[in-house]
Amino acid sequence: MRYLPKSPADRAAMLNAIGARSIDDLFEPIPAEYRLNRDLKIPRQMAESEIVDWFRERSRENGDGHATFLGAGAYYHYRPVIIDSLISRGEFLTAYTPYQAEISQGTLQSIFEFQTMICELTGMEVANASMYDGSTAAAEAVMMAVRLTGRRSVAIARSVHPEYREVLATYAFHQGMPTATVPFAENGRVDMKALEKAITAETACVLIQSPNFFGTIEDVETIAEIAHGNGAMLVVSIAEAISLGIVEPPRLADIVAMEAQSFGVPLTFGGPYCGVIATREAYVRQMPGRLVGQTTDRNGKRGFVLTLATREQHIRREKATSNICTNQALVALMANIFMTVYGKVGLRELAKHNLAKTAYAAQQFGKQSTVLFDAAPRFNEFVVQTSEDPYAINSRLLGHKIVGGLPLKKFYPELGNASLWCCTELTTRTMIDTAAGLIAESERSQATSDEEASVEQVAQ
Amino acid sequence: MSKHMTRKATRHVNQNEGLIFEKSSPGKAGWKLPPLDVPEVDSTTLLGAAERKHLGSMPEVSEIEIIRHFTRLSTWNYAIDLGMYPLGSCTMKYNPRVNEVVSRLDGIANGHPYQPEKISQGALRIIKTLSDCLVEITGMDAITLQPAAGAHGELTGLLMVRAYHDSKQASRKKVLIPDSAHGTNPATAAMVGYSIENLKSNSAGIVDIGVLEAQMTEDVAALMLTNPNTLGVFEQEIHKIADILHAKGGLLYMDGANMNALVGKVRPGDFGVDLMHLNLHKTFSTPHGGGGPGSGPVAIKKFLEPFLPKPVVKSKSDGTLAFDYDRPQSIGRVRSFYGNFGMFVRALAYILANGPDGLRQTTEDAVLNANYIRKGLEGTYDLPYASSSMHEVVFSDKLQVKKGVRTMDIAKRLIDYGFHPYTTAFPLIVPGAMMIEPTESESKEELDLFIEAMRSIAQEVDEDAELVRTAPHSTRVSRLDETAAARKPILRWKPEV
Repeated sequence: MRYLPKSPADRAAMLNAIGARSIDDLFEPIPAEYRLNRDLKIPRQMAESEIVDWFRERSRENGDGHATFLGAGAYYHYRPVIIDSLISRGEFLTAYTPYQAEISQGTLQSIFEFQTMICELTGMEVANASMYDGSTAAAEAVMMAVRLTGRRSVAIARSVHPEYREVLATYAFHQGMPTATVPFAENGRVDMKALEKAITAETACVLIQSPNFFGTIEDVETIAEIAHGNGAMLVVSIAEAISLGIVEPPRLADIVAMEAQSFGVPLTFGGPYCGVIATREAYVRQMPGRLVGQTTDRNGKRGFVLTLATREQHIRREKATSNICTNQALVALMANIFMTVYGKVGLRELAKHNLAKTAYAAQQFGKQSTVLFDAAPRFNEFVVQTSEDPYAINSRLLGHKIVGGLPLKKFYPELGNASLWCCTELTTRTMIDTAAGLIAESERSQATSDEEASVEQVAQ
Repeated sequence: MSKHMTRKATRHVNQNEGLIFEKSSPGKAGWKLPPLDVPEVDSTTLLGAAERKHLGSMPEVSEIEIIRHFTRLSTWNYAIDLGMYPLGSCTMKYNPRVNEVVSRLDGIANGHPYQPEKISQGALRIIKTLSDCLVEITGMDAITLQPAAGAHGELTGLLMVRAYHDSKQASRKKVLIPDSAHGTNPATAAMVGYSIENLKSNSAGIVDIGVLEAQMTEDVAALMLTNPNTLGVFEQEIHKIADILHAKGGLLYMDGANMNALVGKVRPGDFGVDLMHLNLHKTFSTPHGGGGPGSGPVAIKKFLEPFLPKPVVKSKSDGTLAFDYDRPQSIGRVRSFYGNFGMFVRALAYILANGPDGLRQTTEDAVLNANYIRKGLEGTYDLPYASSSMHEVVFSDKLQVKKGVRTMDIAKRLIDYGFHPYTTAFPLIVPGAMMIEPTESESKEELDLFIEAMRSIAQEVDEDAELVRTAPHSTRVSRLDETAAARKPILRWKPEV
């Protein structure tokens, strides 16, 4: 086996040194009746070239070469090539959690820079080293608010990513945490009247997403006023990190739970991504996850260490703020490099390109079909209502090697034939025109068949 | 300063690379966007009050500066690629490069989680094939790949335990956890709303059958057991343990952190385990990446299948694969989408590179290496438990403490010898623990060097304890003041005002 650095003679010499007759001696502690005396029934050992071929085949079966209008919590942005050059360095790729600070300064300093940039972008005072993803970060942020307020229920906007809400429901159910769902209004934003009604004296926090699942930017200020006025915290989830380049961050939030996938992390069919929690300094001791802090060594030299570990499971065990151990360090490094590449000016320009493509697409789509929630500002996603089932439209679009928007029926049956479309800097005008053309065609043929139907009715 | 040092610059690994913010100045850029092919927009008109006006202190740097910055930072890290990384319980094995190549193939790296199933057959096939392999390796009946890490797998597993008992209208309140367990076990049980009952190990460092019998009641939902345990010792009476649990309706949960000792040699499903998690970043070679991403699949016996997180992958009659969301008894979702798919790709590439014979040889070499180290250091360091070692061995600093040298000091001195330290001060049942897991990736030569280094440090402790107490002496920074860091936390850089 090519990964194993031993010759048969090495093994024999080692067994001899140990005083064992054969390797089986070392497995004596396992009762004989349980030992496996056959080969595992898995594929035979393959050569490297065969492995590459096998996965190439899978890649071809997986939409290789398609352009996409899908977003909905996973965004297709350009990834500067230096991200992979740098994260492929063995010193980053094959290191573990930086427990031994003296030989982990590379990882530690880069996490410190990551925490700093997340604070700058979210308007929060502290950020952790990463969580699993946006959905678990949101759930952990809610649990953090429960600990901080001593209250036990939560009000969740229905415009939060449906899968984030599902994850929270899983976590909340077993904690005995009552949840209230707050509907959205005509403009796709949180219904303020319903929100006021949903908050009780037991509400620990209000969880919203902005831009929300429909791409609409929430009125964070008003929501914060309502939440804080009732003694509840405000947790804001951000699924599309690029929005932070041009959309005002939720500075009035108590906790921000974000997904940093848009910052240079490949889609990879849904993961690994990079959750982050950011909050105010006063709440840091209730924050889950790793934190890196600055300190000095014996000679007064600046250095970085994992800090405030007394919140964590390996010290506090059942009293820890969370059970999280492994996080998403390498993915956070991708995000870190991405934020560094675009920086202060580039991130804004990049966000503006997203805004421009989306505005153009919404305008083109709106010519023949209805773009919902048009009254509120949006970032790079919008909802289109069509007469025809969006699955049918999408299947025609697939013929052009374009993946259409996400049909919303599954998550929001009340929205009928609506679908969620996303444009990024990688969406071309040609793609938009092709999709808008197909939708226009569909609307025309639907109108014609409606007409025919009514003519038939009259005839009868 | 030594005379071999240059006056102008310091050595490469000592380069004084500042924070990226300290290199920033207005007008520098590492990016370039193509011309817009749609009309420009006025963001103030579009966004109104929601428009962001400034991006604070985000950096402005050029591409070469970014490359140098991160490359220099990387040289301050130790890594498996540089040498032995015997961090016990973490299974720091070689991370094959073909794994990285196949995970970056276009259709895999750019696959969107919501793209139609018709053009997702490749990803579904990868999930299905890996699931089948892991089910066979563990001897279980079904699996979910959704959990994002080991601790997340524990959470998923215990949620299923809870859902199972609820389905029997039996509300159980307790989870038993041995005192040798990882901290994630009790933290997880607490998150699921269970109270934790500590199980005291016997003098051999394994579960005390009498103690278990006494503590096992009908209020116990499950026992969370790491096998081999954190001492690297196989729970020989595992069948008895399972029987005691099952007789009173409890479930046996296995923490699979130490599965590298078992793959291809014995299957947890065959010795009474009801459910278990795996760590793809430990046993199945996906890179640790400085602390993640991981992946923590949970394998289960048939009777727990209805409770699996949704969706699960199913085969359709036409031979294609699909996601099944119609799972009324499911515990729900534990993560968005389908889990850390990129890690599935890497783990599967590793399994394919090994095949049944390679996996068995891997396990044998991992156990051989640990026992070789044990033999080489026995006598030099105190071995608190004489029980046979599997894939890792736990010594203690008992002999060195007499000279005022503790496990952490020895660990730090090991850095000067060119090795990453072992795991210190864990498991908690061994005071001053030194937990060594070499994995199969070390050659005899590397192990000999390690043993020599450890013996040499023991000698240094006798002759010049201070040298060891103040180690490391060869690193860019010396020991860092962790107390100061925690007392007045500085968790971000701030511009000077």
